[in-house]
Amino acid sequence: MKSLAELQAIKDKMKDKVVLREGTGEIRVVVGMATCGIAAGARPVLNAFVEGVNKENLSDKVTVSQTGCIGICQYEPVVEVFEAGKEKVTYVKMNAEKAAQVIESHLKNGNVIEKYTIGANQ
Amino acid sequence: MKELSLNILDIAGNSVKAGATKVGITITETDETLSLVFRDNGCGMTKEQVENVTDPFFTTRTTRNVGLGIPFLKLAAEQTGGSFSIESATKEENPGNHGTTTTAFFYKNNIDFTPLGDVISTVTTLIMGSPGIDWVFTHTYGEKETRIDTSEIRAVLGDDVPLDSYEVIEWIKSSLEEEYDSFYK
Repeated sequence: MKSLAELQAIKDKMKDKVVLREGTGEIRVVVGMATCGIAAGARPVLNAFVEGVNKENLSDKVTVSQTGCIGICQYEPVVEVFEAGKEKVTYVKMNAEKAAQVIESHLKNGNVIEKYTIGANQ
Repeated sequence: MKELSLNILDIAGNSVKAGATKVGITITETDETLSLVFRDNGCGMTKEQVENVTDPFFTTRTTRNVGLGIPFLKLAAEQTGGSFSIESATKEENPGNHGTTTTAFFYKNNIDFTPLGDVISTVTTLIMGSPGIDWVFTHTYGEKETRIDTSEIRAVLGDDVPLDSYEVIEWIKSSLEEEYDSFYK
């Protein structure tokens, strides 16, 4: 491992920020990471969401997490977006590029990208 | 799976589901061979489960009666002329030392060897997915060794900063990148 002293420095810098960070978590992005999802390319999708949400400073309101098999393996990689008071949005056949678009359009500006949802892909 | 690192991500998920608090992932490489060992202290499997675990139509999952993770890894190893084995003890069988050890052995020069791929991404994805587990990832290639032990990282962070904070994950990523930089040279 890299020097743990460097990690200590990160800790000291972050200590005060963490409390603020816990945020409201009003939007939950969940990526299916079972065998089916992983084989279809879910890992880069998950990482695109984690990186994008942090780079766009959305981590106060958006949490990104992993789940198992959602049961629609033929549509993997599948991403579900849960938002309080709104209907769940299920994005299918995702990739890192589509993930970046979902961050920009849906998570930042509230516009669901219909063409990537399961409704448009059946 | 296009990369062995994706099999690693998938199989390690079994340890998470088995309720393990400690999961070791060890890759040992020579110029000709690669061995991959998963060792966890989860709930373990019964003899019947161990016997059936390489059968794609046997799974503990209730959503559907198909489980492909282990068969995929076994196939990936055996298609290189290598081997696959799994040993397990349940809590009832061995209260002091229960859990599962899964081993896959590969011949790297075989044309059907799946490249390792982005191991770093697999390690960070596992840590983000289950930050409460003690992950010990070790990869050796001859004299070279790269290692991540999340209990050591957590000891530095204390209670103030979570292991799965973005900055910490980025640090783990760059730490591994730095070590892999000189790995195969």
